Amino acid sequence: MSRTTLDLWVGFFVAVGLGALLFLALKVGNMASSSSGETYAIQAKFDNIGGLKVRGAVKSAGVVVGRVTDIRFDPEAYLAVVTINVDARYKFPRDTFATINTSGLLGEQYIGFEVGGDTAMLNPGDTIKKTQSAVVLEKLISQFMFNKAAEDGGKK
Amino acid sequence: MDNGLLRALRNLGQRVTSRIWRLGYASRFFLATILHSGTALGRINLTIREIYFTGVLSLIIILVSGLFVGMVLGLQGYDTLARYGSTEALGVLVSLSLVRELGPVVAALLFASRAGSAITAEIGMMKATEQLSAMEMMAVDPIARVVAPRFWGGVISMPLLAALFSAMGIFGGYLVGVQLIGVDEGSFWSQMQASVDFRQDILNGVIKSFVFGIIVSWVAVFEGYDAEPTAEGVSGATTRTVVTSSLAILAADFILTAFMFTGT
Amino acid sequence: MTIPRGKVVAVMGSSGCGKTTTLRLIGGQLKPTSGEVRVNGQVVNQLDSRGLYDLRRRMGMLFQFGALFTDMSVYDNIAFQMREHTDLPEALIHDLVLMKLHAVGLRGAHDLMPAELSGGMARRVALARAIALDPMLIMYDEPFAGLDPISLSIIGELIRKLNNALGASSIVVTHDVQESLKIVDYVYFVSAGKIVAEGTAEEIKRSTVPYVHQFVWGEADGPVPFQYPSRPYGEELMAGAPRYG
Repeated sequence: MSRTTLDLWVGFFVAVGLGALLFLALKVGNMASSSSGETYAIQAKFDNIGGLKVRGAVKSAGVVVGRVTDIRFDPEAYLAVVTINVDARYKFPRDTFATINTSGLLGEQYIGFEVGGDTAMLNPGDTIKKTQSAVVLEKLISQFMFNKAAEDGGKK
Repeated sequence: MDNGLLRALRNLGQRVTSRIWRLGYASRFFLATILHSGTALGRINLTIREIYFTGVLSLIIILVSGLFVGMVLGLQGYDTLARYGSTEALGVLVSLSLVRELGPVVAALLFASRAGSAITAEIGMMKATEQLSAMEMMAVDPIARVVAPRFWGGVISMPLLAALFSAMGIFGGYLVGVQLIGVDEGSFWSQMQASVDFRQDILNGVIKSFVFGIIVSWVAVFEGYDAEPTAEGVSGATTRTVVTSSLAILAADFILTAFMFTGT
Repeated sequence: MTIPRGKVVAVMGSSGCGKTTTLRLIGGQLKPTSGEVRVNGQVVNQLDSRGLYDLRRRMGMLFQFGALFTDMSVYDNIAFQMREHTDLPEALIHDLVLMKLHAVGLRGAHDLMPAELSGGMARRVALARAIALDPMLIMYDEPFAGLDPISLSIIGELIRKLNNALGASSIVVTHDVQESLKIVDYVYFVSAGKIVAEGTAEEIKRSTVPYVHQFVWGEADGPVPFQYPSRPYGEELMAGAPRYG
């Protein structure tokens, strides 16, 4: 194996290897679309965050506009305090409704922003006033059964 | 009865201490290799030669294995996901399995058995035929000239091979899932892009393969350098390389995974 | 043991008596537990790495069976030290390599790989490699081992001729009595790590020291016994077969 052929093969190998890495990064992962731009932090308090996790998505109209960065427990109000980093490009009104939704039937949980009509915007450090907690499956089932029982009782 | 038990215990103790002693020796050897890497990195031709022998010559086995593993993932994944009606998540399943785990680990295991054993055999034979001694007597440090280039050649080749394995595997999963079975092509790729995070998954996979590369290369060069200069010695050393590095890879994989992918 | 400048000295003895160890001590690969090794006035085991490096550059060693680098051609093997330790241009190295090969009679073989060489040829290439940098001290570890008669005398002649041509000193560790006594100036006999006899080639041939006599004339029994130590013969036969396992 002459020196130049060897170098050629090694160069080819390294190029192909780096190409594979690039393929993984761009085509497979979401590096191209993940924005590392400016963000501002706001807070929201929930009765029950369900299965929401740090790094969970925050969506408005279905588009990711931010990420959950911190989840704490408030021992005085007995509420969950969630800190959200919102993309600096987007401003939301003060009466935005923050709900915890599930993607799909059994999927991950994320925070959804539903905007109201307030003209004043949320500033960095503000807290969202209106929140809706996560749906707890057990409560839903017991509620359904309670309703069913009441219905049957009414019929008799 | 007592004598037998005592002897067994003593044997066990001796084997444990000799293993620990050997680990210490291997660590000093690792340090020496790193410190003497000037030649390997300065005269890059030596290292390039080793990248050829470990990386380029492993391409075939890595690419073919990657393809087959990806295809199997596609088949098995589809079968399982179909039960929950989530077959559009096939892309996610295939890519995450490969990028996070199978790519780095399987590629490293294959690398250990192909390139690792070759490195051990080569260095062991050089020791057995006194070539390392001859080099020493010619005032050329064998660690700098023979060991370090092979070590760095392995470390550089490993992440590239793991990436190629994962890429080939995803392609294999695509072939089986989309072309063969008929999963929707659009959702295959789009769900994958939405779920595979660059920093969390891909970068961690690369870090893993880098760590595995260091492990395999270290074990391979050490076992070769420490081999008994006989035929049985070299053959025992190559076996030990494959076994030790395979176990070390799997153990390191567990530790790295525990750090990287849990605790959220 | 003293090796004078310009002379060829043989170190002889049966296997395992410490001959190769002597070479390793001189080359600095081993450190002595007592006593000292001086080369050209310097104490070897006290040299720092720079000093050891300089010393080894001026020594050449022919290993048993050659120890050629199997992944390089004959040419590259001989050019190895020149490329590693000097800044000589390739054109000059080319000439030097061919000269060394010519001295051992293998100039035409410069393109071959070590695997393609016969035993004798490999030994000669290794000899050319040992003298690549014109060393002042050349050490030979069993240079005659396993060679055919022609190669034997060729190697013997080369050892003598090269030593004279380079004005170097040579140490030949061997147990080939015939060949070495033809070419050496002085002989040291070593047994179990101690010098038991010394003298010129003539003196050794006429020596009456029992160990030397047995060695030189190849007698089966003498100070080095034929029978490995064991219990008396009759006793072992009468005791019956030993139980194994």
